[in-house]
Amino acid sequence: MQYSHSVGANLYRFTDLKDLLAKATPARSGDYLAGVAAETYAERMAARMCLAAVPLRQFLQEVVVPYEEDEVTRLIIDSHDANAFAEISHLTVGDFRDWLLSDEADSAVLKRVSPGITPEMAAAVSKLMRNQDLILVAKKCHVTTAFRNTIGLPGHLSVRLQPNHPTDDARGIAASMLDGLLYGSGDAVIGINPATDSIPALMDLYYLVDEVINQYAIPTQSCVLTHVTNQIQVMERGAPVDLVFQSIAGTEKANQTFGINIGILQEAYEAALALKRGTIGNNVMYFETGQGSALSANANFGVDQQTIEARAYAVARKFSPLLSNTVVGFIGPEYLYDGKQIIRAGLEDHFCGKLLGLPLGCDVCYTNHAEADQDDMDTLMTLLATAGLTFIMGIPGADDIMLNYQTTSFHDALYLRKVLGLKPAPEFEQWLRKMNIMDDNGNVRPVTNSHHMLQNMPRNLLSAA
Amino acid sequence: MKKDVNPLSNNPLADSPLPPDNSLSASSAFSVDPWQQLKSFTRARIALGRVGSSLPTREILDFGMSHAMARDAVHLALDVDALCQGLENDGHETLQVHSRALDRASYLLRPDFGRKLDDAAISRLQAACPTKPIDFLLVVGDGLSSLAVERHVQLLVAEIKSAMPPEWQLGPIVVASQARVAIADEIGELMKAKMVAMLIGERPGLSSPDSLGIYLTYGPRAGMSDADRNCISNVRPEGLNYAPAAKKLLWLAREAMRLKVSGVALKDESDSTEVEVQPLNLLE
Repeated sequence: MQYSHSVGANLYRFTDLKDLLAKATPARSGDYLAGVAAETYAERMAARMCLAAVPLRQFLQEVVVPYEEDEVTRLIIDSHDANAFAEISHLTVGDFRDWLLSDEADSAVLKRVSPGITPEMAAAVSKLMRNQDLILVAKKCHVTTAFRNTIGLPGHLSVRLQPNHPTDDARGIAASMLDGLLYGSGDAVIGINPATDSIPALMDLYYLVDEVINQYAIPTQSCVLTHVTNQIQVMERGAPVDLVFQSIAGTEKANQTFGINIGILQEAYEAALALKRGTIGNNVMYFETGQGSALSANANFGVDQQTIEARAYAVARKFSPLLSNTVVGFIGPEYLYDGKQIIRAGLEDHFCGKLLGLPLGCDVCYTNHAEADQDDMDTLMTLLATAGLTFIMGIPGADDIMLNYQTTSFHDALYLRKVLGLKPAPEFEQWLRKMNIMDDNGNVRPVTNSHHMLQNMPRNLLSAA
Repeated sequence: MKKDVNPLSNNPLADSPLPPDNSLSASSAFSVDPWQQLKSFTRARIALGRVGSSLPTREILDFGMSHAMARDAVHLALDVDALCQGLENDGHETLQVHSRALDRASYLLRPDFGRKLDDAAISRLQAACPTKPIDFLLVVGDGLSSLAVERHVQLLVAEIKSAMPPEWQLGPIVVASQARVAIADEIGELMKAKMVAMLIGERPGLSSPDSLGIYLTYGPRAGMSDADRNCISNVRPEGLNYAPAAKKLLWLAREAMRLKVSGVALKDESDSTEVEVQPLNLLE
């Protein structure tokens, strides 16, 4: 297929679908760094006009990374559901936007069509959508998952409690955990980014979180965000592993630089399923992604970073994860320069993820060398929660002292729940009430020294009581 | 006639620290968290208290100041002349060079520019390359924290100098502006140095705006990767202090010289109990 568009006397030509997608993408530093971005404002709009006329069917004919060379492309093409696609197969990308926004495309219809949508189709249509479109359509996509509680019900917002400590100090981690639980956070997962790679030290972390979950009978799940091969090892040694984590990207080559492939993920997935630790559901995976990771691994194949990101969701959805997290501003200003770019990327990722059927949450975050601050995070988290975001991060005071970046806090989660009337996962909400942490109106209750959780501290903290 | 006074001097709080918890807890809006004692276990921002469900003013300001310091560390230019003057006062020769990144904005947007020398720097280094071969070349880069370089480099270099084998030829200290780690390899190659150690400002964290990193390469040449370097991170008095950092670096450097390799092939087995990073100071 030839891709070109005339505006007055100017004819804009695009080499192929991948070039067209890149040129149509809203401006961001990573695409300039990769040398794939539009060179002028007019070229970008011409690309969008050209893209709007491309039939969705073309995306099944023309892949952005060669089928023979890339297992992610093979996964996308081989698992494509032609029956689900039939309903939208007559549409162009521009028509697809209109259809998605129409009242006809309600939650049930979107769920039915989802397996027929490829990541590239989702990315393409997102490039024609304004921020409000991304919010409106994502809000219609309902993705519910379960392990020890139910995640993703409409009207609910969950929180990953992230009690990181720079040296994995058990008391430091337990202190942050207690802080988060008493602020009503932790229903998505209690997930630690460990500093260590050592298997015995990782085992200790699993036992630490598991003990706290058992001690207070919390309907939630734990995760230690180490390499998937480490998690396979600790499962073999009998560690109490709830969710298996892995960072993933949208090309085989990028995943290789992470030391993984679909086969390794499958092995870990089956091992976690076999543990049967979920009480009400079997979603055992937790994935993290982020725009720019493929380029930073020099494995982007000339594809724009947002399209590659959407391709990572094809890998994620193969494993029916409990949670999938786009870590939007962590990568740095050479990929997403400022608050505007981070906000746009967060909304795109959430839209694409939800459309493809993933329980998408967002690490709404930035580093100190990006042109962003906590006001930008407020804007993005409010927009995403409005769009039905599945979960955010909860870190004490939004300051991660282990990973050295700023994200969202327990207080932020309370703000979102209050302003938008959102609730924690129902089983967790019941627990919060039982523990006198939350009242019947969803407000946090004053905690005094006599509170059960302070009177019965986790073992590691007893010396401080 | 009005007296010419600093308007802030009339404000009793202008120069004093923010009031402690108990003064604010008097406000009925402020709800104190009764698990304050857990703060001794972590520097994470726990037990912040709340107003309604939001952060109290004190915490908003405290966070804002930490962020401001980290931002300044990234954006305030390194005073290269002052740094070189200080190093020269200590008896070192210095050489100033610049990367291909013209300014901070292009530095942040184009990491590749920060990894390469500009043309003037290449000629300067070629002209300066000494006849007597350099064993151990020190390069200082502003990186992402000029604050880290200003606070720590002179003191760290003194420790390195005193820990170094006396027979090693040091060469001039090269100070590189708008620099990323890899630029040191190109500098080392042009100076025909056997080894190069890059002292560079690390990406500032909210609680660590002035953290310095050290990267060691044996047989430096342009185009080497992270796997070819050994890294020592979080060098600052609150993290890994100067003397243990210098000791660790020299252990690695001696081993690199002996094995003729650096990076993943060179395992750090320096006495870990003595040089372990001190994670937190409970008295802070």
